[in-house]
Amino acid sequence: MKGRIHRRNISGCGLAGMMSEDGRLMSGEGIIRSMEVLHDRSNGLGGGFAGYGIYPDRQDHYALHIMYDDIKAKEMTDVLIDEWFEVDAEEVIPTKRVPGVGKAPLLWRYFVKPSADFNECGVCEEDYVIDAVMLVNSTVEGAFIFSSGKNMGAFKAVGFPEDVGKFYRLNEYEGYTWIGHGRFPTNTPGWWGGAHPFTILDWAIVHNGEISSYGINKRYLEMFGYKCTMLTDTEVVAYSFDLLLRRHNLPIELACKALAASFWTDIDRMKAQGKKVADVYEALRMVYGSGLLNGPFAIILGHANGMVGLSDRVKLRPLVAARKDDMLYIASEESAIREVASGLDRVWNPKAGEPVIGELKIPVSNTDAVRELEETVA
Amino acid sequence: MIIDAKGLHYRELNEQVRAAVADGETDLTLLNVNGQRYIADAIDTPVSITIEGVPGNDLGVFMNGPSLVVHANGQDHIANTMNDGKIIVHGDAGDVLGYGMRGGKVFVKGDVGYRVGIHMKEYKDKVPVMVIGGKARDFFGEYMAGGTLILLGLDTGGNGQEEIAGNYFGTGMHGGVIYVRGRLDDYQLGKEVKQLEMDDKDREVLRAYVTEFAADFGMDAEEILKGDFVKIKAVSHRPYGNLYAY
Repeated sequence: MKGRIHRRNISGCGLAGMMSEDGRLMSGEGIIRSMEVLHDRSNGLGGGFAGYGIYPDRQDHYALHIMYDDIKAKEMTDVLIDEWFEVDAEEVIPTKRVPGVGKAPLLWRYFVKPSADFNECGVCEEDYVIDAVMLVNSTVEGAFIFSSGKNMGAFKAVGFPEDVGKFYRLNEYEGYTWIGHGRFPTNTPGWWGGAHPFTILDWAIVHNGEISSYGINKRYLEMFGYKCTMLTDTEVVAYSFDLLLRRHNLPIELACKALAASFWTDIDRMKAQGKKVADVYEALRMVYGSGLLNGPFAIILGHANGMVGLSDRVKLRPLVAARKDDMLYIASEESAIREVASGLDRVWNPKAGEPVIGELKIPVSNTDAVRELEETVA
Repeated sequence: MIIDAKGLHYRELNEQVRAAVADGETDLTLLNVNGQRYIADAIDTPVSITIEGVPGNDLGVFMNGPSLVVHANGQDHIANTMNDGKIIVHGDAGDVLGYGMRGGKVFVKGDVGYRVGIHMKEYKDKVPVMVIGGKARDFFGEYMAGGTLILLGLDTGGNGQEEIAGNYFGTGMHGGVIYVRGRLDDYQLGKEVKQLEMDDKDREVLRAYVTEFAADFGMDAEEILKGDFVKIKAVSHRPYGNLYAY
């Protein structure tokens, strides 16, 4: 490195998340401060955030955040978007120049609804949106849809997280859930699309660690139409949650038990003790054997109705949780929580492989199942 | 001497601490600490440092003599490769405490996380000691090669854990000793260790460390010592000693 003293980086990725279960809106400034405490866990090759509740005026639209390498990629993508969606608005994502964030791709966002005739495809609305995202990401050179949920958005770049947050002017947004990530890439390139979070629909994942089972998870997810295009392992976690939670409608606890599965020795012991739940854990291992996430990980999942923290089964990456009033905090280090919250009610180290779950007290109705239920009741 | 750590990067904070120690300060208080790593790293003067706030990872790494008192929870990697001195944490602590620790003491009032005491080691009179007031999660004493670990299982922590320890207890352990105030199920133990009854010498060692621990936290040592303790040791010494010898 020319003109710079080379220093060894002693790093591991950093995570933080905060959510108001009452659905109170908070500026993105808090999550930036929280991530700034974890600065030394990342090395400037990736930072990113996701916020929920940030687009209240267009909460019924899918907000597509897209990065383009050049204008040609945008022109090609626009053709596809016009074909697949009705576009309510299209604009440049507001940014400001910040030292530490280099040359940016073209960053655009679109507020869209599926074309009126999408039903002809024979798929539900969410699958239709996923198909469109996968189509653009796998066929248009230099175009990446990195956020595709309703009333939420992912913001990511190459840089330290606190710089990335300022670059995207997150203090000007208000959300009820925020998650953040500082990256220290080890096995895959540090590029804008490779920063966390990884998202599909409103599912957003930030991850510290390494999904050693990426190959088998990728092949498994491809059978369900997911295409892995982001050149890094974490992507499979986002698609896995979409598969398990939305398409297979599993409760969060069971989805987490499928991904961070119980050891066979523990299942056998529970069976010997006559614990019926062991049969469920066994069934999950059998059905979702190829979905199991192996390797060291701590993740935070953001979604429209809440936030989930989870570590691998033997706790090879750090994760701390805290509560205060209606707030749930999850982070790689307690200091990241203390920076933005004083007088916590409780701070604890969650058990490995067991999720920490935050849920909106009044959920957002965004799944087919809930919609159908509501229509039936009405 | 008081140092306000608010907003300081760990390098600035540790430079100030080092400069103060070099100037002959023997009693330091660090205020508004939050996440600064490597506090007191490699300091080899027996100074006292009081820490207000949550210190960052690797508190007391390579430390050789100072006494640290933390009035908050600690994070991960406390006492990494520590050589001498003492660390007292008035709260919980995270994972991988005392990694390769080779001397000195760590007392934690509350609960600890995973892999605590991993690869602690001892040589002659250099015997590291760690006493945990609360409960521990999996891999307690993993690959332990020496030293003394004491797990008291008191309700002093915040993790909300019922069992005194997790699984894989003492996995890979081949030296040192662990005393636990309570019984473990056999499935919790690593393949290399066994639960043994305490003898008089064990009780003497235990009494000395528990008395010191209780005094530091204002607890009743006799009450703690009334508990039912077991000793956990490796069943074979140097299991791979002959591997490269023939």
